[in-house]
Amino acid sequence: MPAEIAAGASSGPGAPVPEVPVPGSSVPPGSSVPRLSVLGVRHHGPGSARAVRDELNRIRPDLVLVEGPPEADGLVALAADPGMRPPVALLAYVPGEPSRAAFWPFAEFSPEWQAIAYAARAGVEARFCDLPAAHGLALDADPVRRDPIGELARAAGYDDPERWWEDLVEHRGEAGTLDVVAEAMRAVREGHVAEGVEARREAYMRRTLRKAAREGFARIAVVCGAWHLPALSPPALSLPTLSLPALSPPGGRARGSGLPAGSGPDAPDGPRRLPSPAEDDRLLRGLPKVRIEMTWVPWTHGRLAAGAGYGAGVAAPGWYEHLFTAPDRPVERWLARAAAILREEDLPVSSAHVIEAVRLAEGLAALRGRPLAGLSEVTEAVRAVLCGGDELPVELVQRRMVVGERLGRVPDATPMVPLRRDLRDEQRRLRMKPEAMSGEHDLDLRRPLDLGRSRLLHRLALLDVPWGTPRRARSKGTFKESWSLEWRPELDVALVEAAVWGITVEAAATARVRNLAGGAGLPELSALVERCLLAHLPDALPYVLGRIEDRAALDGEVRHLMGALPALVRARRYGDVRGTEGLAGVTESMLARICAGLSPALTGLDEDAARQMAALMDGVHTAAGLMGSGRWLATLTGISGRDDLPGLLDGRIVRILFDAEALGDDVAARMARSMSPGNPPARSAAWMEGFLSGGGLLLVHDPRLLATVDAWLTGLSPEAFVDVLPLLRRTFGAFPAPERRMIGGRVRSGAAPRPGSPGGDEGADYDDGLAAGAVRTVRDILGRGTGGRP
Amino acid sequence: MTSVLRPHAEDQFADELVILAKTDDRPRPPGWRLSPWAVTTYVLGDGGQITPKYIGPRRIVEVAVATLATDRALLLLGVPGTAKTWLSEHLAAAISGDSTLLVQGTAGTAEEAVRYGWNYARLLSEGPSHGALTPSPIMRAMAEGRLARVEELTRMPSDVQDALITVLSEKTLPIPELGEEVQAAKGFNVIATANDRDRGVNDLSSALRRRFNTVVLPVPATTEEEVGIVARRVAQLGRSLELPETVTGLEEIRRVVTVFRELRAGVTSDGRTKVKSPSGTLSTAEAISVVTNGIVLAAHFGDGVLRPADVAGGILGAVVQDPVSDRVVWQEYLETVVRDRDDWRDFYRACRDAG
Repeated sequence: MPAEIAAGASSGPGAPVPEVPVPGSSVPPGSSVPRLSVLGVRHHGPGSARAVRDELNRIRPDLVLVEGPPEADGLVALAADPGMRPPVALLAYVPGEPSRAAFWPFAEFSPEWQAIAYAARAGVEARFCDLPAAHGLALDADPVRRDPIGELARAAGYDDPERWWEDLVEHRGEAGTLDVVAEAMRAVREGHVAEGVEARREAYMRRTLRKAAREGFARIAVVCGAWHLPALSPPALSLPTLSLPALSPPGGRARGSGLPAGSGPDAPDGPRRLPSPAEDDRLLRGLPKVRIEMTWVPWTHGRLAAGAGYGAGVAAPGWYEHLFTAPDRPVERWLARAAAILREEDLPVSSAHVIEAVRLAEGLAALRGRPLAGLSEVTEAVRAVLCGGDELPVELVQRRMVVGERLGRVPDATPMVPLRRDLRDEQRRLRMKPEAMSGEHDLDLRRPLDLGRSRLLHRLALLDVPWGTPRRARSKGTFKESWSLEWRPELDVALVEAAVWGITVEAAATARVRNLAGGAGLPELSALVERCLLAHLPDALPYVLGRIEDRAALDGEVRHLMGALPALVRARRYGDVRGTEGLAGVTESMLARICAGLSPALTGLDEDAARQMAALMDGVHTAAGLMGSGRWLATLTGISGRDDLPGLLDGRIVRILFDAEALGDDVAARMARSMSPGNPPARSAAWMEGFLSGGGLLLVHDPRLLATVDAWLTGLSPEAFVDVLPLLRRTFGAFPAPERRMIGGRVRSGAAPRPGSPGGDEGADYDDGLAAGAVRTVRDILGRGTGGRP
Repeated sequence: MTSVLRPHAEDQFADELVILAKTDDRPRPPGWRLSPWAVTTYVLGDGGQITPKYIGPRRIVEVAVATLATDRALLLLGVPGTAKTWLSEHLAAAISGDSTLLVQGTAGTAEEAVRYGWNYARLLSEGPSHGALTPSPIMRAMAEGRLARVEELTRMPSDVQDALITVLSEKTLPIPELGEEVQAAKGFNVIATANDRDRGVNDLSSALRRRFNTVVLPVPATTEEEVGIVARRVAQLGRSLELPETVTGLEEIRRVVTVFRELRAGVTSDGRTKVKSPSGTLSTAEAISVVTNGIVLAAHFGDGVLRPADVAGGILGAVVQDPVSDRVVWQEYLETVVRDRDDWRDFYRACRDAG
């Protein structure tokens, strides 16, 4: 096995990774043997990243191979673009099939990113060496994620693999760690035989290596997950020095396998043999393939943390970035930054706090036997010292620092993101052109084409890509929508940013709605339901409804429920799409909760609060009417018996019940009681305002009502009349002028009959027999059945 | 068995402390009987000879011990019944071998309890002298380099709390009458406990708060953990109170714990149904007292087996603290959650009967 050992493979500091010839490469005669350095890393490990950066600067390779899909080779150059800022991700997708896509995220502190950055800096070529995404997506096999780190950590007596790796590698960042990792991985992989996708990936990596060697690169560096390391390079013996002549091929075809003749499986203590090129070719033959496209998309630390379908997700990207970028004293710098963030929120945090926090973190690390305080120690220090045990500020630090809010950027030259491509397809399908000039569009929602257009515009609005703005407030339930469309350049940027949400407009909007629903209160949630229905996102709706259900169960404030209900009911009426069934259940239970909590909520309201409550009650009343629920009126009837209500609300409730013909006792008696001198004039006037608000027309058309009001007004004493006059004026002033004129005309003509003779003079001209048919039809339309007054 | 109702921690677990001291070869901070590592083991147990005293997250104990090792004072915060006092007693016992230097914070705690008082007979006859001085537990702890404990710190009046500031920052207690001071010996520190719910009663001044590292003791994380705690404590209490033997099914304890946990968290254990939370704390300590109470009922008035009826009354009393709103919460819980559980029939009936 001596042929494999390069001269420089000593274990001194700064010279850790042994260089070996590329396995299985056949080198054109006369050219020098290419040198191979395989750097086994942990994906997104800052210590690995630092080690890789230093190591690459030391060995100065002329080719860098990175674990990733080779289809992206053409995109590597973009990484050097000043407009590119990590975190970003490589995206491979099958055009037209949104569910088949794969991401390879890179952060500043990813070793892979550092390798790419090195290549850009040094002006050498960088390539990806993993199995092509075309095969990966076609195989559609969930890559089996091994946990070699976990196995090692357990062997070392750690229950948390991340912490073990941090203690051993990330916190040291010394040269030499890569070597240790390589050795450890060999031990872990002892006896392991790669199968399935894994075997193919590694075969492809070896093939890429051989190809690179044939092309005449002299020093090749491979940056890949530590697990793959033993599959790419045969183990190095720890012989410190070896003379170069021993590197010459033992002869014959031995160079073809890259392994000396004696090291087959039959060699007594020989290392595991690497597969020959022929074996690799056999493995890779006949793999299924799909047409894919690749691009860069911006990524966020949040998605990096969540993993978001990516196996090697990291829990604390912000902490890792800090470890990677902080020049020295990571614990002190971190805690000082945390203190600065807490101070921004006006929490009193002094330098003395920071000093004590550092001491606690270090004491804790010593107690736990760790070389350096890690994230968990630092977080404990933040909690116990900086935040005084309070969880809320700790969460703030967690969100702002540990995960971080960094959003990546990709340069303009990046190939089109799939979201934009999907939008282009949609635009073509719906025959809408993105034009910079603003244009007006009237959509008739009964036509499928216009309906599609409307949905697209609503979805884009959810994604913060406001291509269209609704021209005027539309009344819900109509079939006309009016939009003004204008494609501005910012929208392209917005679209790229929205690409993190998904690959198609629909999928992205659905993901976005779920995200919005996460932190929203009741009013926002109910507005979201409407937007979901308008944008036709049936997959997002159940989630939002579930959130509403939870919120409504816990919200003790009836007003919130009342504010949320009308939008939900409108939505229920508007849509006949899937998911409306759930909506019905939610609205019913919300109305039940409102009815249960309404009565206590009407106590102790001042004038403004009463006015708000009256508006809310009107909204719920309309909604309850649409729902056809009798519960609401029954509740109001119950409440109307109370005598401690604010005048405005009392009047409003009586009026609602009067309109609905559900008032238990005589409205004239109620009015006389409320207007009688026993009440303060202000309450009487407020009562009248509540009673008459929003509809002067009824006064015109219901002579009984007019007579009641008229009788009360003319019966006032001159002093009392002067007292209530301003308040009355406020009520009547709110009616439109024609209504006022008509009311005035009625009163002047003396047409108003005295109370007690309902019907009035108009009744005289009717022939009930002639009118009966028309009345019945009208009543049918109104859904009131045929009983009751004709 | 001793005639003492409740022996001190350092007496009750003296043998464990001896074992640890013998095997402990790690460096000990000055004035400590054990190394921080051994203190942690004493509190959390090692699965063998050392029994666990506190059942909860390891990190809580580690932060607490590390805090005391950095000479910062420790403030244990938590809702009632989260073993704050329990933990502080055991920490003091393990570190100083003495958990008796205790100041109980009440609305009537005077400054003498924190600084020093006088024996007035001798003060009148001798004038200010060492003999006439009555040291407070804090002063003794300073002189001897031990841990002092302050219970319910936020119940003390603010001016008494502030007497601690000099002690904690300067580590000295001046006695102007004698023209002297007591300087804290190495190993002195203070463990204070305070109740989360009482925040704002006599909230700590920021000057004092700054001198404490705060550790919040959580309620138990899982049902199994809490059932374990309740079962263990109920058995211990039963022994020390010499209650008659009863058959205490783990099933009944689990039920009490489940009810408490669900109401506390506001969601059923299967995560399906949201429920309202009552105003009471429903701590583990209350669950323990409900079960102990039930055992007494079963032993003296029942058939010696702990049955749903024995705990129903206790649960009702613990849940319904506010007669109006809590009763609604309880009824809602009973009708929407308890009623639908098939194997909870007896319990449902018992609760209905209890009111």
